[in-house]
Amino acid sequence: MSWTVRVDATACMGSGVCAGSRPDVFRLAGRHSEAVRAAVPPDDAVLDVADTCPASAITVTDETGAEIGPRP
Amino acid sequence: MTAADERLRRYPFNLSEGLEIDPAYAEARSAPGLLRVQLPFGEPAWLATRYEDARFVLGDRRFSRAMAAERDEPRNQPYRRPGGILSMDPPDHTRLRVLVAGAFTVRRVEKLRPWVREIANRLIDDMFTAGPPVDLVEAFALPLPVQVICELLGVPVADRSRFRVWSDALLSTSSLTAAEFARVDGELRAYMADLVVARRAEPAEDLMSALIAARAEDGDRLSEAELIDLCIAVLVAGHETTATQIPNFAHVLLARPTLYRGLHDEPDRVPAAVEELMRFVPLGAGAGFARYATEDVEVGGVLVRAGEPVMAAIGSANRDESRFPDAAQVRFDRPDTAHLGFGHGVHHCLGAPLARLELQEALLALTSRLPGLREAGEPVWKTQMIVRGPRHMPVAW
Ligand code: HEM
Ligand code: SF4
Repeated sequence: MSWTVRVDATACMGSGVCAGSRPDVFRLAGRHSEAVRAAVPPDDAVLDVADTCPASAITVTDETGAEIGPRP
Repeated sequence: MTAADERLRRYPFNLSEGLEIDPAYAEARSAPGLLRVQLPFGEPAWLATRYEDARFVLGDRRFSRAMAAERDEPRNQPYRRPGGILSMDPPDHTRLRVLVAGAFTVRRVEKLRPWVREIANRLIDDMFTAGPPVDLVEAFALPLPVQVICELLGVPVADRSRFRVWSDALLSTSSLTAAEFARVDGELRAYMADLVVARRAEPAEDLMSALIAARAEDGDRLSEAELIDLCIAVLVAGHETTATQIPNFAHVLLARPTLYRGLHDEPDRVPAAVEELMRFVPLGAGAGFARYATEDVEVGGVLVRAGEPVMAAIGSANRDESRFPDAAQVRFDRPDTAHLGFGHGVHHCLGAPLARLELQEALLALTSRLPGLREAGEPVWKTQMIVRGPRHMPVAW
């Protein structure tokens, strides 16, 4: 079981919130963030990070492909 | 590893009046290593003045804000405000930030644009009614963000003069003693605690009610003290900086009339102008909120030891020629606008999307409706404040 993490580089404003919070999951590549690895073990704290992205640029999907983060 | 210049310098360098940036920064940026600085209170610190170094320190998880609580943190005031979101590290920081982040995303904030535009235009109407000269700070720059943040948070706008006094005192570097700071802080806390009690009894459509509901749902997620602290952070950070940047931006633009006029003719350039002015204006009198290394980390060629504080000089980083060519010039056509004016990393300004929107609507309203705006005398600058800007700015049109 694993979740998929994606960062939309066109929306990302490079705030560094995600990479600062979870460097094991996100890193800044130049001006934008990217996922260190697309697949991560299920972890609610990753959903928290998706929720704190000011640009709503992070999406998390579960193994069925359903979008579970950011939460509404 | 380059040898660092270990001379201890008194800090901050900048005068609190005006928006000049001290030449010591340019000198430091071109020299290897970091500076050693001594603030009026607390232990000595490293100072990072280059863009890359400042961004690194703000963004890297090995630097801690929480550790400052155990140390004699470098600061401008004798008093140390305990707690607050800016004094936390992940995962604690994330726990709080997630509760307020949703209210300030670009997406959510964009919905407020028509409302903010209406407020800005109504204030300009009032300026016309009053007739020149008017004080741009009291008539426009302050009431705009105050009204916005009060309504979003759920604080009565009518209390403006009360919390102004408290927020002014907390952001001052003046001769208030630690006991006086503590008294002001206590008053603001008591005020906010009362508002929370009232809102709990009678919820509304605002951020305070949402936080109260989050706490009711799961008391472990948010303590009462944290709830009150968060509301204070949003109220104080949410109006003072924006209210200061509006006249700062006007001051910079009115000294360059072609730029001001250009925005009148081409309002589409306002968003780019806001980014450039955020970069250009060194708002802070100096760096604040030291980060503590949790392990040995190399920064700018210096080995910062575990337990040592480093401060990121945002105003200096934003003038780093290696990142922003022609950095001392105000140009709205820069390809790279990744300034550090809203910070970087986990504490990147929570209100950045809202502040951008307010600054854009403020510039739009001023340039479109007052094309002939000019300063009618010298601004009166704030003194002894953490943020720099006019306290009063007489204008005519
Ligand atoms: C032009 C206006 C503004 C400027 C220049 C500004 C600047 C900043 C900066 C530089 C930081 C990071 C400080 C650090 O990491 O040491 C910050 C943090 C913060 N700002 Fe702003 N800000 C502005 C407007 C606002 C508004 C409108 C709000 C309203 C919500 C706000 C709320 C906050 C909060 C709560 C933090 C702390 C975030 C955290 O610790 O996670 N700011 N701001
Ligand atoms: S938090 Fe969002 S905007 Fe900030 S760097 Fe990460 S993806 Fe980009």
